[in-house]
Amino acid sequence: MTDRNGATPLLEMRGINTHYGAVHILKDVELAIYPGELVCLLGGNASGKSTTLKTLLGMVTPTTGDVVLDGEVVNGKPTSYLVERGVTMVPENRRLFKRLSVKENLELGAYLRTDRDGIQRDLERVYSMFPRVYERLSQKSGTLSGGEQQMVAMGRALMSNPRVLLMDEPSMGLAPALVQTNFELIEQIHQEGVAIFMVEQNANMALSIADRGWVLQTGRVVLDDTADALMANPELRASYLGEA
Amino acid sequence: MTTAMRHKAAQKTGVDQFLTFLRVVLSFFIITGLVMFVLQQINPDNPIAARINPDATGLTADQFEGLVISGLSQGAMYGLIALGYSMVYGVLGFINFAHGEVFMVGAMTGMIVSNKLDEAGAWESNFLLSLLFIIVVAIVCSTATAVIMERVAYRPLRGAPRLIPLITSIGVSFLIQNISVVLLGPGAKSYPTLPDWLADKRSILFFEIEGTKIMVLVVAAISMAGLWFLVERTKTGKAMRAVAEDKEIASLMGIDVNKTIVTTFAVGGAMAGVAGILWGILFRSVIHTTGFLPGIKAFSAAVVGGIGNLGGAMAGGLSLGSAESLAPLMVLEPWGIGGVSQLKDAVAFLVLIFVLLVRPTGLFGERLSSEDRA
Ligand SMILES: Nc1ncnc2c1ncn2[C@@H]1O[C@H](COP(=O)(O)OP(=O)(O)OP(=O)(O)O)[C@@H](O)[C@H]1O
Ligand SMILES: [Mg+2]
Repeated sequence: MTDRNGATPLLEMRGINTHYGAVHILKDVELAIYPGELVCLLGGNASGKSTTLKTLLGMVTPTTGDVVLDGEVVNGKPTSYLVERGVTMVPENRRLFKRLSVKENLELGAYLRTDRDGIQRDLERVYSMFPRVYERLSQKSGTLSGGEQQMVAMGRALMSNPRVLLMDEPSMGLAPALVQTNFELIEQIHQEGVAIFMVEQNANMALSIADRGWVLQTGRVVLDDTADALMANPELRASYLGEA
Repeated sequence: MTTAMRHKAAQKTGVDQFLTFLRVVLSFFIITGLVMFVLQQINPDNPIAARINPDATGLTADQFEGLVISGLSQGAMYGLIALGYSMVYGVLGFINFAHGEVFMVGAMTGMIVSNKLDEAGAWESNFLLSLLFIIVVAIVCSTATAVIMERVAYRPLRGAPRLIPLITSIGVSFLIQNISVVLLGPGAKSYPTLPDWLADKRSILFFEIEGTKIMVLVVAAISMAGLWFLVERTKTGKAMRAVAEDKEIASLMGIDVNKTIVTTFAVGGAMAGVAGILWGILFRSVIHTTGFLPGIKAFSAAVVGGIGNLGGAMAGGLSLGSAESLAPLMVLEPWGIGGVSQLKDAVAFLVLIFVLLVRPTGLFGERLSSEDRA
């Protein structure tokens, strides 16, 4: 693993193997996210990207290996333990609570927090970042457009005041024009000091804003490099960037 | 997609045709019955009504009012029980058929404690306080029953196919009934007599209502308001709604899903406990099988209102209660069906069948998309 001038990684996977029943999904996965970085995980369908994120958050328990947060092994800890310590996720397909209002979705993002002032400050931060969300606070979130839902999902995640934000295919299902805006928003969140770990199929876009990246193939990390090097990698260009 | 669906809708199967037939027949039966009832009210000697059922007596305004009030007060009790079915269905997706027994536990504890209070003389001298006390005790016991049931019988089955906890709940139901027989014996037991002033009629707006029924309606309304506040206005309620919708994401928010499920059982149990006391006030007699029929009817009420929908459970309870009180005389009697007042229970289930035929999602149910159905 690339050691970054002796800094401790914020979140790490060490020799992770994850199974669903008898099916072996993640195979000896090693990766590390450092504070304030923007990194991405690329890979085709069913390569295990979502499983990687769920394993990091304790939503899926690995069979062997360790998930490490700030140097502490957190295997078997409930998801809330990680959320309380600054890890959260914008899940695949956004997964808003559709029958709840936009405001309630945002409030649930701050479920574990007790600092009222901080919550209020973060609500206002979300409103200023997504004015559209502010206009629709009392609307049921299931009635929002796809783009608006994406904003609420990001806002909900930010409401936990994360240090690292995991994003599972944030551009999935968005119109091309929105994909661009969406990546700009991700960069903006990153510039506020939040580390971002993004899973994407849109490799070009993801690599253009990321510092480093990994490529996952049937549950194994096959490439681990800087974004520029990955961008130039002929193998990757062939398989993910649509160049034959 | 839409074209495929339209195509499918166009191909009516035999089952569809049969259902349409049933819808038409039942609607005809109900509407014609009502029309004949109205005709007869206007003119008791009109030829149509006289021909079909010459013995039909119709209703006086007082009788009608009495039936509406007793229908609503029983309906309010069904509604309180229905909330528990609906909430548990909302979070776990199965019908807890032992919920009727949670209600019975409330009615039984109310009976035991009220008799003790009666022996001590408090029941007569301080009725309202005694009532409050038995409500609290019933809430505690019913809640405990529901919570223990979840922990012992249903939690180990989490993740199993839904049919399995459902069948288990039928077993739990028999178990609780039998425990009751072992502890309290098989016979029916009664509540102490209610104070006389409670039975007096009082006029509220345009109605003359018996004190007992006013009390039942008031207690039910307060309980429902409390539940509404909990579910819609508190953090716990928000967590309950989140867990009902998506457990995985609820846990991602940091919500303790197991704790929230226990809370849901507890709150449903508390409502059933209150309903148990209302039963005691209305009927004054309890037996170990007391939970069965009100339980099944409350389940029907939850389905009629749209299962998983709390407002629907209440509305379903009130509609079912009113229907079973009014329909025998307003729909069945004009058709010349005899012994109508004994057909109350049949009417309750007829209402269930009719609503399911006409509006399968219930009165207030949301149409489940294939995505929500899971
Ligand atoms: N809960 C589960 N139970 C059993 N198998 C699962 C489960 N979740 C995922 N899988 C399987 O694990 C494999 C990896 O799934 P995963 O969701 O991690 O892939 P992914 O890389 O995120 O794919 P996509 O790009 O389509 O989102 C798939 O073959 C999937 O069918
Ligand atoms: Mg995925």
